[in-house]
Amino acid sequence: MTAIIQRAGFLTSVQDLARTSFREFGVSLSGALYPFAMRVANLLVGNHESEAGLEITLGGLQLHFQDERIVAWCGGEFDVLIGAAPLPAGHTALVRSGEELKFGRAQIGCRAWLAVSGGVDVPIVLGSRSTDLRANFGGFDGRALRDGDVISLGEWPGSSAFAKATADKPTTAKVISSWTAPHDWVSPAKPNPILRFVRGMDWTRFDAATLQRLPSEPFTVSPDSDRMGVRLTGPELARADNVDLISEAVAPGTVQVPPSGQPILLLGDCQTIGGYPKIAHVITVDLGIAAQLRAGDRVRFSEVSLGDAHRLLLQRERALERFRIGLSLRSP
Amino acid sequence: MEIVPLGDSALIVRVREQFEDAPEETQDQVLQTFRQLRSAAIPGVIELAPAYTSVAVFCDPVDVAKASGTASDIFDWLATRIGAATVPKRRGSRRSAPRTVEIPVCYDPEFAPDLEEVARHAQISTEQVVELHSAAGYRVACIGFVPGFPFMAGLPKKLATPRRSNPRKEIPPGAVGIGGAQTGIYPLRSPGGWNLIGRTPLRLFDPSKNPPALLHAGDRVGFRAIKREEFESLKQ
Repeated sequence: MTAIIQRAGFLTSVQDLARTSFREFGVSLSGALYPFAMRVANLLVGNHESEAGLEITLGGLQLHFQDERIVAWCGGEFDVLIGAAPLPAGHTALVRSGEELKFGRAQIGCRAWLAVSGGVDVPIVLGSRSTDLRANFGGFDGRALRDGDVISLGEWPGSSAFAKATADKPTTAKVISSWTAPHDWVSPAKPNPILRFVRGMDWTRFDAATLQRLPSEPFTVSPDSDRMGVRLTGPELARADNVDLISEAVAPGTVQVPPSGQPILLLGDCQTIGGYPKIAHVITVDLGIAAQLRAGDRVRFSEVSLGDAHRLLLQRERALERFRIGLSLRSP
Repeated sequence: MEIVPLGDSALIVRVREQFEDAPEETQDQVLQTFRQLRSAAIPGVIELAPAYTSVAVFCDPVDVAKASGTASDIFDWLATRIGAATVPKRRGSRRSAPRTVEIPVCYDPEFAPDLEEVARHAQISTEQVVELHSAAGYRVACIGFVPGFPFMAGLPKKLATPRRSNPRKEIPPGAVGIGGAQTGIYPLRSPGGWNLIGRTPLRLFDPSKNPPALLHAGDRVGFRAIKREEFESLKQ
């Protein structure tokens, strides 16, 4: 079955958990900029966590359903409505044929990830349903969604069985479940956030004053940020040496410093290799905060050890495992 | 060789500090390390990507923790496995010969808006630029910038030309360019600052194929100058 994109909003694209295994050929990861949120949203609607959903940027999406589906979303602070009933982040709801789901403008943060039971059904290209918006392949015709597009939704076995098991007593607004996923999973956007980082391999190429500034002074998100990276303006990050570096791999989370001294925090659409010095890397669990940054936001950095970065990641994964088990007990 | 973290989900295995002093040897070492790591299939490793002097090892720390049975020192465990997998081969040990790929290039003026600039910079004629460029042997150091874009070493020193001060907003697919001491081919419509001296009718990146890129790290590449008619017929 299909759903109609009545309004695509500022930037909405089909994304799954990223296109891995082709970085040796220069293929970017693409994918939900915060894959963890897409996993949680998928689990909430009874999907496998790697199904494709929609990434909504700044809001404005209006989606018309043509059959019955379970939906859930995670992300910034958005007003989301199904008909007239609000759907808060991290809750599941049953959408009936003919109903509309609407994303208002983002209040805090800028991105949301919407999962629909059955997943968004686009062809798998190089192992993924994600849209590569720079190279224009994958996803829906290799591009962002437009007003009037009709997207296919995958089959889902539940019909209304999962809906009945998960949504509390369906009458109008009460089709929305009262239970939810943990708040910081479903709503990672915060005003003036702190990003935790581990040192980059070029840390020692920067001068002493710079190394003190990075964790102490605020940076402002510049308007020319996009899915490739968040451009930051703030105190100049100055090199202590002037050695020309040889290009090598970069990854989402990498904070690289071009000669301007103004850092760029790379996100999922970033190139696979780069030649700028890498002063730091935002840790994986904080990529959800990074993906919510928008022009004018102020952000600070705080250093953690590699061991802490791994410990936090493993903790989150164990909590997700418990959540998955909890969900399976609710299912029919 | 050194192994350094690239954030919390990747390591970089750097086989040499320099590239330019010994490009061939460095590339051989990078490729050997790449192949050794691939066949080692270390648990938790998602993928590998070679660059000029290094191989990136991308992993899922959660899977590494499961495989290693330890929640701490995940990267120490990984680095040990990487070290064991990349013991240098004995001198004279057999290495697989790199592939050789011929790239037909049409150097006609309409495809070569910067050919005169390259000629002026080298203080030779445009014909000599084409001759030098198509006679040299190249080797793909790595693929990046956009999918399928080959960074190639081996450009005759005379042809080295600084990047354009004003990068073009849009470069057509197949455009062959010179940027500093390197030559490369733009696989997709993209912005870029290299000097354009020709165009190939071949498709360098095709996401419907696996592998999707025509050229791979380590490939030897030669350019063959072709006429406009051959360009058109190959383009079909």
